[in-house]
Amino acid sequence: MSSSAITANHDVIAHGADEHHDDGSKTLLGFWIYLMSDCLIFSALFATFGVLANATAGGPSGKELFDLPYVLGETMLLLVSSFTFGVAMLNMHAERRNKVIGWLFITLLFGAAFVAMEIHEFAHLIHEGAGPDRSAFLSSYFTLVGTHGLHVTCGLIWIVVMMDMLRRYGLNDAVRRRLSCLSLFWHFLDVVWICVFTIVYLRGVL
Amino acid sequence: MASQHGHASGADHQHAGHGSLKSYIVGFILSIVLTLLSFGCVMSGAVPHDLIVPGIVVFCVAQVLVQLVFFLHLSTAPGQRSNLTIGVFTVLIIAIVVVGSLWVLHNMNVNMMHPLPMTSMG
Repeated sequence: MSSSAITANHDVIAHGADEHHDDGSKTLLGFWIYLMSDCLIFSALFATFGVLANATAGGPSGKELFDLPYVLGETMLLLVSSFTFGVAMLNMHAERRNKVIGWLFITLLFGAAFVAMEIHEFAHLIHEGAGPDRSAFLSSYFTLVGTHGLHVTCGLIWIVVMMDMLRRYGLNDAVRRRLSCLSLFWHFLDVVWICVFTIVYLRGVL
Repeated sequence: MASQHGHASGADHQHAGHGSLKSYIVGFILSIVLTLLSFGCVMSGAVPHDLIVPGIVVFCVAQVLVQLVFFLHLSTAPGQRSNLTIGVFTVLIIAIVVVGSLWVLHNMNVNMMHPLPMTSMG
């Protein structure tokens, strides 16, 4: 299966931009399967968090730690970045390379702001003595939210790489296919975040 | 932005299922409304305590569905059917993993956390 994927890849690159219109549907299907397996990682982490949510070991609980307006701010940043990525994809389908790069850059800014807010939140918690070593609840919290944050960071790096590829190669089939995968990845992270803010933060302060 | 879309629609015809500016805007507005409703449920204090958890779960599921449809373009269209099948299967596995873990460990907590008569446990 992997060898056929590689051949298909060569095929597209060899054929160049327009004569062979490959919509990359196989690659997208494969990437979708990866996303679903990523879903399973998150579901295991959510299950762990759900089991350990009350195991605070006498330490601070979510009610004392979580600042909901701050989380709402993070959520809005990620939502807006999801929308701006959608606009970038629309521009990709309309063959406007510079606008794609521009909207990707806007997405990058919002995504980076999200990661910065999350790092600040983690630093604040650790500074208050509520680090991952304080209780099982906080261990599972840092693992779950941190894993999501790492995914977003990877997405940011991928966005930078795609901006460079767009600048060098323009909108050829390979770039389009990779942008489509990145689009799935970015929207998927937003979906995971919805579950994070509902289950971890909103349920946590009750 | 509206004029952009006007230009875009001409080049769009060969691709079905990647959405339009309108669908992204609708999805974005629905997502924001559902997010605010979720946070409002918890932060306003106006919602009866028993209804908060069901409320935020409903808004969460609704928003996940909104984003799957409007942003990830998941649908029952022929080109999307394999994605949908894999997604539904994944939801099944997630349900087994999450509900199973919570169920088993809840039972274990209830049955094995009695503080005093440790000797009576088999």
